[in-house]
This record gives sequence, structure tokens and C-alpha cells, in this order.
Amino acid sequence: MRLVKAGRIIEDRFVRVLDEAPVPEGVAVVLPATRLLADARDLVLRQAPTGVIWPNDRKIAELAPYLDWIALVALVFPTFRDGRAYSQARLLRERYQFRGELRATGQVLRDQLLFLQRAGFDAFEVLKDADAAAFAEAVHRYSVFYQPTGDGRASTLTARRDLGASLVLRGRREYAV
Amino acid sequence: MTSPLQQKLKVTGPVVVTANRLGDGAVVYRSADGSWTKDLAAAAVVTTTPAAIELLTAALDDKLKAVDAYVAPVELMPQRVLPGNLRERIRFNGPTIAWPGDH
Amino acid sequence: MYIYDDFDRTLVDERVREFRDQVNRRLSGELTEEEFKPLRLMNGVYLQLHAYMLRIAIPYGTLSSDQMRTLAHVARRYDRNYGHFTTRQNIQFNWIKLEELPDAMADLAQAGLHGMQTSGNCVRNVTTDQWAGVAPGEIEDPRIWAELLRQHLTLHPEFSFLPRKFKIALTASAHDRAAVKIHDIGLHMHRNGAGETGFEVMVGGGLGRTPFLGKTIKPFLPKRDLLSYVEAIIRTYNQYGRRDNIYKARIKILVHELGAEKFAREVEEEWQSIKDGALALDPAVVADIAARFRYPDYEALEDDPPELAKARADSRFRVWLDNSVANHKLPGYAIVTLSLKPEGGPPGDATARQMDSIADLAERYSFGEIRVGHEQNLALPHVAQRDLPALWRALDEIGVATPNVNLISDIIACPGLDYCSLANARSIPVAQEIARRFKDLDLARNLGRLHINISGCINACGHHHIGHIGILGIEKNGEEYYQVTIGGRADENAELGKILGPAVPYGEIADVVEDIAAAYLELRERPGELFIDTVARVGVDPFKERVYATR
Repeated sequence: MRLVKAGRIIEDRFVRVLDEAPVPEGVAVVLPATRLLADARDLVLRQAPTGVIWPNDRKIAELAPYLDWIALVALVFPTFRDGRAYSQARLLRERYQFRGELRATGQVLRDQLLFLQRAGFDAFEVLKDADAAAFAEAVHRYSVFYQPTGDGRASTLTARRDLGASLVLRGRREYAV
Repeated sequence: MTSPLQQKLKVTGPVVVTANRLGDGAVVYRSADGSWTKDLAAAAVVTTTPAAIELLTAALDDKLKAVDAYVAPVELMPQRVLPGNLRERIRFNGPTIAWPGDH
Repeated sequence: MYIYDDFDRTLVDERVREFRDQVNRRLSGELTEEEFKPLRLMNGVYLQLHAYMLRIAIPYGTLSSDQMRTLAHVARRYDRNYGHFTTRQNIQFNWIKLEELPDAMADLAQAGLHGMQTSGNCVRNVTTDQWAGVAPGEIEDPRIWAELLRQHLTLHPEFSFLPRKFKIALTASAHDRAAVKIHDIGLHMHRNGAGETGFEVMVGGGLGRTPFLGKTIKPFLPKRDLLSYVEAIIRTYNQYGRRDNIYKARIKILVHELGAEKFAREVEEEWQSIKDGALALDPAVVADIAARFRYPDYEALEDDPPELAKARADSRFRVWLDNSVANHKLPGYAIVTLSLKPEGGPPGDATARQMDSIADLAERYSFGEIRVGHEQNLALPHVAQRDLPALWRALDEIGVATPNVNLISDIIACPGLDYCSLANARSIPVAQEIARRFKDLDLARNLGRLHINISGCINACGHHHIGHIGILGIEKNGEEYYQVTIGGRADENAELGKILGPAVPYGEIADVVEDIAAAYLELRERPGELFIDTVARVGVDPFKERVYATR
């Protein structure tokens, strides 16, 4: 498994803390959801970054009160076929304006990387080394996107309008909305 | 016929291991030397559950050449091996109907 | 029909390139079958009994002559010279090699054709009725909205790994030829009291193991809100649809378990957050899509021109005219159905040669446009009535003018055990035998409109639940058996069929259908009472008594 962020394979600075273990000082940590919710009042005071692993069957709304100080949200793909975390990611970015690191974990494979990025993920625990190395290729496979997400890429909805497409009259048939 | 991929293994007669060839999807059978053949007569035939499991395991491990291997019944005739049920007959012989345009 | 612009073409080309890479990685072993399978399914590539099968999307059932020629080319170059048109307005090729698929897809892409999302746990082909844009009384052309949905839901990053497949259908006619009530989302365009046009939105319809008819969760949705509301529905499904059991993973189960009202509230809550955002449909955006729909330059013609009146003297032509030709919204024009149910042929199949001929005829007589229907026939939607005699002769010559449209021998059947690895029993030879028993056109006409739907397994690709007579293939002790239902229908008065009696073996199923037909003739009030209306009037029991009297 390789962690990819900003298009590069990097070392993970976040230390995973298991449920009952003490949270180390001065170190970026990532905690299970139950731990975060239980200890939020103490955790918010930490100097070092705090992250959470959020299960894919819990509502993001529960996480909302903490998003202004959480540095990392790790979402989970138990198998790559389980697509719930795509919705969670979009809600985090587009509904709740989360600006920290949004990381895809679990079975993360090459052919989902562009979907993941479009959904708002900016960090990827890529399962296979070869897939991590191919990250740049994977996220540049397409230049056309039909639907807007929060990723900043233009979609055809706006791109066509910007081209100045205009209403065309054909024969006796006129289309009016 | 219920997909054999979903069946629990219980061998009560002669069986072979069959699959579809990766590159073109053709029906193939596992032979004793570990290769895949389209010729049912050249397939390895086993008659016990342990032997079938061994043959199937080897086939499943060889994922590059063939896909979705499973254990299928055959009928042993003097000098011939025949597919053992309707589904296997159709896989071996092709669809039971004429091509369009032939009627 | 919709003409691709550079964006559309580029997307399909990029998809082809991606798939070629995925196939190469599979062939080299870099991808396991478990990893590759969902990827190939999302390109419409199945593995069946004998070979791979490629399902190509025909968006809302509309094809150009060029596209039809490309399909013929694929049939010849990569397959065995024929293709099969499906109950969801797609086409299937049964013999394509995985190694050749990237090339086949590249060839298809040249004509704007592809297999994107014709399988997999994503949104499938958005279908409508094959008379869209030309049916009398239609409010407006639903295909423009189908195209807006198609684009929005193609390679949608959030909705490519749903709990299960997702099917959407639209209609804009009072009479629903698109079976919207048996879709995950059904959209019925209509006018409200204020004369505005919008959508009735139904969710949770579907057949298979647990058939349901869709429930209305929004009686009137303004056009502007189509994309955002559909987004809210699918987002709700993506998050809460069951993933523990593939037989309980469709949205119909979620709607059933939550209840339609609670489901509607969940959707509404989500929708309120997004309805005024980027997905609110700007009239300019809609107009842009609509502008790429080409419509024929119709002439101003009169009904019943002299060529037609004169040709009626030929009785064979008259029989075909009465059966296969329907009224067009414009005077002097007609909608022609091409029967792909010739006697002895597999239902819904066409040879490459037929496809080429049909492409030529469409160019000559239908402004280059062809339609594919759920009943696995084709249609030419823009035929001038004066051309009907010449067209008929040409269609007859290539074998697609059997005047059995909507009759008992116009059978809808899935490929069944002859092709499909999911099947329990064969369906095509059953269809052929039944058609043989009713090949006498006088008998077939006497029986009137009568839809038989045959599925080779509970997945119901033949839509047997909504057949007037539905036949489901099952397995009993290694033998093929068939369970019969009657009284199903797929239109705005949609109903699921009711079981007639115990399943019968392969050798008896055609006899059972003959007995049902005989019972109908006995029970009907008058010749004009359709089979489906007789069943509604007298119920299943009188049929059951007669059919099972000697069984």
C-alpha cells in the first residue's frame, strides 16, 4: 500500500491510534470515529493534527460539528465495489465545505482514482504499488466530464454554454423550454 | 440450470473441470497435464470429491488462461465422453437453435 | 436524433482508450478477474455460456443508418453475422472475443456507439418509447430529457458503484409504451392544472425475484429540477440501499422497507440542499442539447395518397398495412414496425445483411432514422404514406414484414439457456414452438393483441411478469419446467401477472399456451374484447380450470 497525495507517493505522517490506546502528544494522529466522538472535547485542544476514520455506514452529519478543526477524514471502501464513501466525500466537500485532507482507504484501485478525485478525495491509500505509480496517468484519462462536482473541473453543462452555443431553428420545428 | 458456480461440491459420478478461456471466452476443459483443451475427450475425468477439489483448486489458481472454473458432470460412454447435463451439452455443442437467417 | 458534439465524441474515445488499457492489464494478469469483472461489466461485456457477450447502448432506442451499418460491420467483423435487440432497447453480440473488444469498441466509437454502463451497478440505458417524437398526442419529445439524464449519469463519479443496477425510463404520452412503472425511476411527462409540463416521478419499480410497481413520490416535478431530483434519489439509494444481499439490493427493496412516504421524505430533505445549485437546469443548457437533436424536414402531405389507395388492392399489402403501420402525428406520414419475429427465427435477432438493408431503407424512406422497441422489434418512424407500398416490398424481401406485430407470435424472449449463464431453462425454442403453433395469421388475428413474454430465469430479462401471458423457465430435478402467469401488463395500467397453476415440462408448454388461447376464445364476451381485458373481467380461475383440467 502506498499513500499518494498531490500526485506523489509520500510517507504517512498520521499515526493510527487504536481504540483504547493513549493519544501521543505532538504527533498527527488518526482515530476511530467512536474515539473522536467520545473524546472530542479533549482532542480539540491538541496542538498536533487530529484525524478520524469514518465508517461508510454512518452519516456525515454526525461529523459536522468537528470539521472546523479535524485535519484529516479517512473514508472507507471495504471493497472497491462498495461506493458509499463517494457520497460521503461529496457531502464533506460540497455540503460541509471540509477543507482538510480527505483520504480514500480500503480497497483503492487504479481504475477508481479519477472517480475518487472527482468526488473530493485528495489523498489515496492505493493498494497496489503499480497503481500508485500510475496515479498521474489514471487521473488524466478523461478531459470531458458531463457532471459538475466540487473538484473544480469544468463540466459540459458550463463548457458548452461558454462556447456560446445558441438556440438553432430547424425547419418548422422550434424548441422552446 | 442453477449456475454451478454457486453449488457446493458433492461428486457422485464422473466429472470434469470446465471454464471459459480468458482471451475469447471459448468453453475449455482442464486436462491432466494442467493445460486447457476444447476437446472434452482430452479432459481429466475424476470420480471422487477430493480429486475434484484438487483439480478445481489447480484450475482456479491458474487464473491467467481461464475464467470461472467449476466442476461439471460428464457421461462416460465406451470410447466417448459426453457432457453430463443440458447446460453442459449446450456449452459443448452450442445453442440448440438455428442461427438467424438459416430458417 | 441527437448528434454528438466534440465533447461527446472525446468522452467515448477516452473510454475506448481506458478499456483497451484495462483489457491489456487483464490479459497480462495485472488485474485479477475479480478486479476486472466490474470494469468490463461497466462496458457491457458479459461472460456467457459459450463466449463473451457485448451489449451496446442504443440511447432511448434511436439509431441512425450509419450507426446501424456500424452494428452490421461489428456483427460481420467480430461476431457471427447477427445481433440481438433487447427489451431495454440495446443490442447484444454473443460471440465477441475479449482480445478483440478494444478494436470493436474503437470501430463503434467512430459512429458514436459504445457499451458504457449497459451492465454493472450503475445507471443503465435510459429508455423511452420507440415512438417518441412522432406519436400522436405526445406532449413533447421525451428523448431530450433522456439525453440530459444520460449525460449526467454517464461516468458519474458518485454513482458508479451503486448497490445494484439502476434503470430509468421516460414517457411523454398518456399511453405508456415505455413501461415506466417497472423501472427504478419512472418519469411520466404531463401537464399540470396550470398548463405547465413536468414529470410525475415514480420509484422502486422492477421485476426479478421480488417484482414491484413504482410508487409516485413526486406527482409534479418541474423540468428545471429533473437532474437535481434524480441526483437526490440516487444519492439516497447509494447511501442506504442494501449491500448485504444481492437479491435485496435494488432500490425497490429500500422503498418497500422504508415505505414510500419515508423514502420520499429522505429524498426531499437531500433535494432541498441541492435543488438550486449547479444542477438546476438553465433553459440555455436544455436548448443546447435540444439544438443537437435533428428533426426531419417533413413535407406537407395528405393522408391516404393515391399510391396507398391503389396498393390496398393487394391483400398481402393490406394485411401488413393494418398490422404493422401506425398513425404518425403528422398527416401523410406513418410509423412502420419491422417485425423481427419471423416464423422459425429467434425473436429479436437480425442478420448483418438485414441490418445493412434496413439502414439503406431508413435512409431512403425514414430520414435515416431507426428505432428499437422493448418488444424486440424495430421501427421506421418517419415514413411518407406514399412510400409504404415500395417500402413494404423491400421489407418483405428481407424478411422483416411478417404482419404479426402485437399478435401472439410477436413473442418477447430473453436469450435463455442457449446463451446465458444465468438461465435455468431455454426460452428461444419455446418461443419458436409457440410461434409455430400460431403461424396461421387468421388465427393470430382472431386472438388479437396478445403479448407473450418469456424469461429463462427469475432475473426476468424477458419481462415475463408483465406479459399478458408470462412464461418463466425454472429447473426441476435437472429438467426444464415453465411456470405460466396471465394478466400482466406494462402500460399506464401496469399489473403483475398471476400464476396460473403448477409448472409444466418443456414438452408441454406450447400445449398450455394453445389451451389458454382456446380458453380465451371461449370466455371472451365478443371478438373485440382483448385477451387482457377478458382476464381482467373473469379472473384467473376460469383459465386455470380449462388449462389444468387434464393435467
